[in-house]
Amino acid sequence: MAKAATSDSGTTASGPARDSSDQAGGDNFELRSLQDSFESEKRYTASQDELIGFYKQMLLIRRFEEKAGQLYGLGLIGGFCHLYIGQEAVAVGLQSALQEGKDSVITGYRDHGHMLAYGIDPKVIMAELTGRQAGISHGKGGSMHMFSTEHAFYGGHGIVGAQVSLGAGLAFAHKYRDDGGICLAYFGDGAANQGQVYESFNMASLWQLPIVFVVENNQYAMGTSVKRSSAETEFYRRGTAFRIPGIAVNGMDVLEVRRAAEVAFAHVREGNGPVLLELNTYRYRGHSMSDPAKYRTREEVQGVRETSDPIERAKAELAGMGVDEETLKQIDKDIRAAVAEAADFAEKSPEPDASELYTDVLVESY
Amino acid sequence: MAGIEEEPVSLAEAPVRSLSMIEAINDALDIMLERDPDVILLGEDIGYFGGVFRATAGLQQKHGKTRVFDTPISEGGIIGVAVGMGAYGLRPVPEIQFADYIYPGLDQLISEAARLRYRSAGEFIAPMTVRSPFGGGIFGGQTHSQSPEALFTHVSGLKTVVPSTPHDAKGLLISAIEDNDPVIFFEPKRIYNGPFDGYYDKPTKPWKGHPGARVPEGYYSIPLGKAHTVRSGSAMTVLAYGTMVHVAEAVCRDKGVDAEIIDLRTLVPLDIEAVENSVEKTGRCLVVHEATRTSGFGAELAALVQERCFYHLEAPVERVTGFDTPYPHSLEWAYFPGPIRIGEAIDRLMEA
Repeated sequence: MAKAATSDSGTTASGPARDSSDQAGGDNFELRSLQDSFESEKRYTASQDELIGFYKQMLLIRRFEEKAGQLYGLGLIGGFCHLYIGQEAVAVGLQSALQEGKDSVITGYRDHGHMLAYGIDPKVIMAELTGRQAGISHGKGGSMHMFSTEHAFYGGHGIVGAQVSLGAGLAFAHKYRDDGGICLAYFGDGAANQGQVYESFNMASLWQLPIVFVVENNQYAMGTSVKRSSAETEFYRRGTAFRIPGIAVNGMDVLEVRRAAEVAFAHVREGNGPVLLELNTYRYRGHSMSDPAKYRTREEVQGVRETSDPIERAKAELAGMGVDEETLKQIDKDIRAAVAEAADFAEKSPEPDASELYTDVLVESY
Repeated sequence: MAGIEEEPVSLAEAPVRSLSMIEAINDALDIMLERDPDVILLGEDIGYFGGVFRATAGLQQKHGKTRVFDTPISEGGIIGVAVGMGAYGLRPVPEIQFADYIYPGLDQLISEAARLRYRSAGEFIAPMTVRSPFGGGIFGGQTHSQSPEALFTHVSGLKTVVPSTPHDAKGLLISAIEDNDPVIFFEPKRIYNGPFDGYYDKPTKPWKGHPGARVPEGYYSIPLGKAHTVRSGSAMTVLAYGTMVHVAEAVCRDKGVDAEIIDLRTLVPLDIEAVENSVEKTGRCLVVHEATRTSGFGAELAALVQERCFYHLEAPVERVTGFDTPYPHSLEWAYFPGPIRIGEAIDRLMEA
């Protein structure tokens, strides 16, 4: 073994478990131990350039998703397409704090935003949505199933909650290889009720794995609100039984998200085992493009848009820092152009050849 | 069972309406909730929202939240809870939102639901009907398009049903709910709202006007284990179920082949007599399904046909199936066993 993911005593027949004195926080485990240090300084202090960077990324996600919605309406994207509009601050705030090339990310089916936040070319993402050869998975994965080895982005998973266990495995590998990396494993409030999530919590805490579990609580699991599906609606508390400290975060403020990321990542990097972040956010659009969203009122959606929009908040903050209207307009213009280019690319790229049907099924070719 | 005859219409007097498959399923659930207080519907988004495909629309409002309710996204838990309900005497009808989501529930289905009767020597049973939309043709990619029926037909102790029309969906679902064994009820989602015939570049017609959309009002049941001869013929036997019944029908019509098309309706129990009688008459057999080929249900059918009808066969049994690949996002229509591939198989069979 390289550096074992387990303690030295873990090679005995009793398995890799730690003895009780090693348990996260010892006898003094406190669910909110990290929340308090987060509350003491709740927002990240971004330089003007940094905030412009966050703003650009969030706006790129927003415009990209709007365009994807349009292409879906035109029939260029088929099947399932889950937009990230409203949740942009989450992926941008968290992933901006990762160490690229070192850390790994895994998420569910609402994955376009996480890829864009990683700087993956919008062209190959959009081409995957339209099912083209130039798409990041050659059109064979589609909207929900996208990957990038280059960015250690491990997907893109269509089965609700299934990726969380994979994330624990990625974290195990980081620890085993002693590469200093951590895994960021996203899932939704709906996925938080899957049994395998808790099996993963237990293993991650038992083995002190370097993983940050992120519940993106957008308030609705498809058409079912958090209150109708969950006994414990404060998701950051869900790790209590496994001694995983939790932090509740306003996921509509990119600076608050970034600050929470710093607190959580530092804790995990120091070898203290997992952290559970609950990012309270909101999706403006339906669960997928085929969802008319009749389970909530128009007023509710409008209210969030008007009072809590993460992009408007960042924009106002930039204006406060003295960034002029002209600069902001130019940013929007550039992003619209990049997105239009991606859409054009995705529309004009050829569809995969029928022979692609049988590639990458197994190592050998058929 | 004389499977090749049209079944008697037991409710000749009942008024008949034209319903889509979704409406027929909703109707069956409504009737069973009304008739049997032990019937309970549970699943993701099925209550307040009425189901992602609207199969349970209005049922919570009508029958209340204790009979029709939302569950967390916990497929293993949903099936496990249903086993306990069934063992205690209820008749749960869990919905798994897509067949592709059923795998976390496999342990409960295989090790508990399917085996409880046997290991308790009949003391305990776990009646339940697991409804789940399945199959492709909706561009759903690998996690929203699969046809995993063969995983379940392989498990002794489970019954597996796949309707192909609104009429059958209602009658079979009622039988499934009344059955004392666990039943996997796969609903081909591509034909929820119209009998898709495989010509994906043409608009799908709605169910209205299709003979299979004529659904009697009120209670009626279609026994499990009884196939339906969709059309009689003498040139070959086509065995199909679900969406593929309609695709096979369209191809045979367009090619002018005098094929006998048998809609199996239930895979376990299988109406083997209907299959046998037909193949002995025609001497040729084509099996069509959407699922991948290797170890697919078509392999079982082909084996049964050669065991039982070997000396009547004029040609090797042909299979047209999905390819042995994950269900692709793009290239869906290359994967889907559509009219071209079925037509070629028919030609091979007739030339042999």
